Amino acid sequence: MASAGETARQAERKQIRGRWLLSAPALVIIFVAAIGPLFVMLAYSFMVKGDYGDVKPGQYSLDGWFSVFFQRDIFDDTVTFADAHLSIIWRSLRLSVITTLATLVLGFPTAYFIATRPRHTREVWVFLVTIPFWTNLLIRAFAMQQVIRNEGILNSLLRATGIIDQPLQIMYTDWAILFGMVYVYLPLMVLPLYASMEKLDFRLVEAGYDLYASRLAVLRRIIIPLVKPGIVAGSILVFIPSLGAYVIPRVLGGGKNLMLGNLIELQFGAGRNWPLGAALSIALMAIVMVALLFYVRNAARSGAQHG
Amino acid sequence: MMPEPAAAQDKRVAIEARGIVKQFGEGAGALRALDDVSVAIRENEFFTLLGPSGCGKTTLLRMIAGFEFPTEGAILLYGEDIAGLPPFKRPINTVFQSYALFPHLTVWENVAFGLEMLGRPRAEIAARVAEMLRLVRLEELARRRTDQISGGQAQRVALARALAPAPKVLLLDEPLSALDYKLRKEMQIELKRMQSETGITFVFVTHDQEEALTMSDRIAVMSRGRVLQIGTPWDIYDKPADRFVADFIGETNFITASVLGVEQGVATVRLSSGAEIPATIAEGLVPKSEATIVVRPEHARAVPAGGQLTGIVENVVYFGTDTHIHIKLAGGELFMVRQQNSRTQSCGFEVGDRAGIEIAPDAAQILRD
Amino acid sequence: MASRPHFDIRRQPGFVAIALFTFAVLYLPIATLVAYAFNASDSVTVWGGLSLRWFVEASRNAAVQDAAWRSFVIATSAATVATIAATMAAIATTRTPPYRGLGFKYAFINQPLMVPEIVTAVALLIVFSRIKVWTGYSGLGYLILAHTAFCIPFAYLPIRARLESMDSSLERAAADLYATPWRAFRRVTLPLLRPGIIAGFMLAFVISLDDVVITEFVKSGGQDTLPTYMLGQIRREVTPEVNAIATAFLALSVLLVTVFFVINRKKA
Repeated sequence: MASAGETARQAERKQIRGRWLLSAPALVIIFVAAIGPLFVMLAYSFMVKGDYGDVKPGQYSLDGWFSVFFQRDIFDDTVTFADAHLSIIWRSLRLSVITTLATLVLGFPTAYFIATRPRHTREVWVFLVTIPFWTNLLIRAFAMQQVIRNEGILNSLLRATGIIDQPLQIMYTDWAILFGMVYVYLPLMVLPLYASMEKLDFRLVEAGYDLYASRLAVLRRIIIPLVKPGIVAGSILVFIPSLGAYVIPRVLGGGKNLMLGNLIELQFGAGRNWPLGAALSIALMAIVMVALLFYVRNAARSGAQHG
Repeated sequence: MMPEPAAAQDKRVAIEARGIVKQFGEGAGALRALDDVSVAIRENEFFTLLGPSGCGKTTLLRMIAGFEFPTEGAILLYGEDIAGLPPFKRPINTVFQSYALFPHLTVWENVAFGLEMLGRPRAEIAARVAEMLRLVRLEELARRRTDQISGGQAQRVALARALAPAPKVLLLDEPLSALDYKLRKEMQIELKRMQSETGITFVFVTHDQEEALTMSDRIAVMSRGRVLQIGTPWDIYDKPADRFVADFIGETNFITASVLGVEQGVATVRLSSGAEIPATIAEGLVPKSEATIVVRPEHARAVPAGGQLTGIVENVVYFGTDTHIHIKLAGGELFMVRQQNSRTQSCGFEVGDRAGIEIAPDAAQILRD
Repeated sequence: MASRPHFDIRRQPGFVAIALFTFAVLYLPIATLVAYAFNASDSVTVWGGLSLRWFVEASRNAAVQDAAWRSFVIATSAATVATIAATMAAIATTRTPPYRGLGFKYAFINQPLMVPEIVTAVALLIVFSRIKVWTGYSGLGYLILAHTAFCIPFAYLPIRARLESMDSSLERAAADLYATPWRAFRRVTLPLLRPGIIAGFMLAFVISLDDVVITEFVKSGGQDTLPTYMLGQIRREVTPEVNAIATAFLALSVLLVTVFFVINRKKA
């Protein structure tokens, strides 16, 4: 009789082994071309930079990490804060937060609008949000460039209406990056917001009005708390790529207004400081991980609330 | 594969579960879904596993089908241990609770699936599928897709599909639970008819005691991973082995009484009112001085005066064919009496009336707690 | 009845206006871009009438043809491999009681979604530049491998969703009806999974086609894809030729998204 249990355990083991074998190709590919290189990069951040890029093999130092925050004067060896890096990190954070807020302000009413359409037209509106979402990021950045440039449609419009008489210089400013990021990441806010608003039970809203709540009170006390998972998900989905943005500042910021992504690229190009680039990348990843942890904790909490 | 004449094989055991233990997890947090379960199901029998959800009946069924492995014990098909066989090598078919009809196949293709997998010749498959569709009366729906048929029809397709390979045992996992009341009644009769026409052993799982009583040759009542009683519907209802079975099957009154003496398997007990009545004792039970006795509501009668117990009418509920009268006894216990309605007369009691309860002779039993 | 005033519980003041503004914002730049693609003039600033001139010029440009073909080859190979790997992984990670390593697998497979692209891009640059030196091989393999890795989570998403919505008793029914695991997979699981697999492939294909950042860092000399080619062009002077390429690209994306939408609707 003891063999019955043995059979059961054997079958279970075999099943689990099969599941590992099945997932092996995906895991191996992702390890080789995504996760593994991150570890190599971590090692690189502790190495000595080579004279023409790359690193000097076998030599380790903390210089890469040191120069994320500080710089050493070449003549007198005094150590000061690396203002250029810190201001770029600060700009990245600031622009990402503003982008997240702006997409939320635009995206929340939009998602609500879609969720309150009749069922058969909802899909059309969602589709309209999906199209820009799947359009190449570069193409969208390029399209935004054509709108905000000095001879672009925005300036023409403002001039035609007489609001301004000289074109506004938007291109190659932080405003250009901000416009570009809001435009590009807007669908990433609308879609998760819509997903949670679609499930909103409007009988609860009805109950709110029945209990003397004003429209604003219903919005603040009922709708927003109920769709909070969507707000958090959307904010994370916008914040993370904003922080790592590379293409948008490159196309719209014009090489002067760098963000973290461009600063990293610079170290692998003209800067020829791979350890610093690696350290900056790890730092960027660390900020993202903090944001993700915040999200996971939030998701876990709201999950627990709903049973 | 065709079963031999029923008369000669009447007592042969078709499928047997012997000392089955199913344990999830290990150590202190381990959960025993099945705890030393033994059941022997005879050939051509309509056998029902009955119990509340979570009692382990479905786990046992899945084990017979081969989707679950026992931690301990053996599953024997005509005496042969099949515990190590995967489901696709067992001559046992299942009617799933959700029917599990393949949505990308037609009705005909669904019924043919098993035969095809067994590699039967085309002509044989065609003949057998036609026969099965005739059996479940769905010949005209053969070309339909399974998402274009009603719930009752889907149920019949599932049956035809499971019967088509002529399995030695057919397992039915709460197959009627998704149907509405009228359809369920119809299908109960249909199922009995198909069982007697095909002569296949049916193992039926349900939590519906009424369904179990009306359809089964024998019933195993399960609770918390254990088999409490195996017997005919009559056994189960009239001679429940313990308190759980009595409570689960039908409605019952539980009242405390003191045991005065035992003679030839019958005890004399004194009720709270002081009245003394005889009570049968469940097999193998040695009653203590204080015991709970059970009386079915239809085995008692409310009377204006007299009776072994007295109390105040708390509630009178009209059920069409009969009336339930809830009477609060002097000690605070509730006792329910079920009386048949007559066309001309009401039951004669109103809330607040004083009433006596007359217990029929042989109605009281002492049970294991 | 409709004209009778009533209290609309769904209304929130200003929301409709903001929503319509958002849709305008989403489409105005794209509309501008498309409009200038049909501009006859040499410049993107002066409107010179309707013309297909720039489409013709783009399609005759050898560099564009070359980049378009390379984009197609990479996207097709990466999406194919990613879809196969994702399908296998999805089968291994759904409809199973939790086992050791399951959470690890989820995290692993979704990892490319969690890390900013620029980080993965420079990490790949570090590793692949080393390998290129060691092996002397600098073909398309690196790009295909990198694309496959970040395509896997996108292909995995709809396949897993499809599997999870699939009644697992269907495969049990197949096993019960004498189908071996392989035959149950071929006859039951795979046909039912097909819409998910197609959707997964298309997602992966679009994602690969669209990629700029990782491609920019991994490619060797002369390995431009259409997006990196455009990135190079945008940095220089802007001619409507880029608008024409972008418009054609856009048309392809819209087409794929529409097909994707239709497939997903059928499923429901």
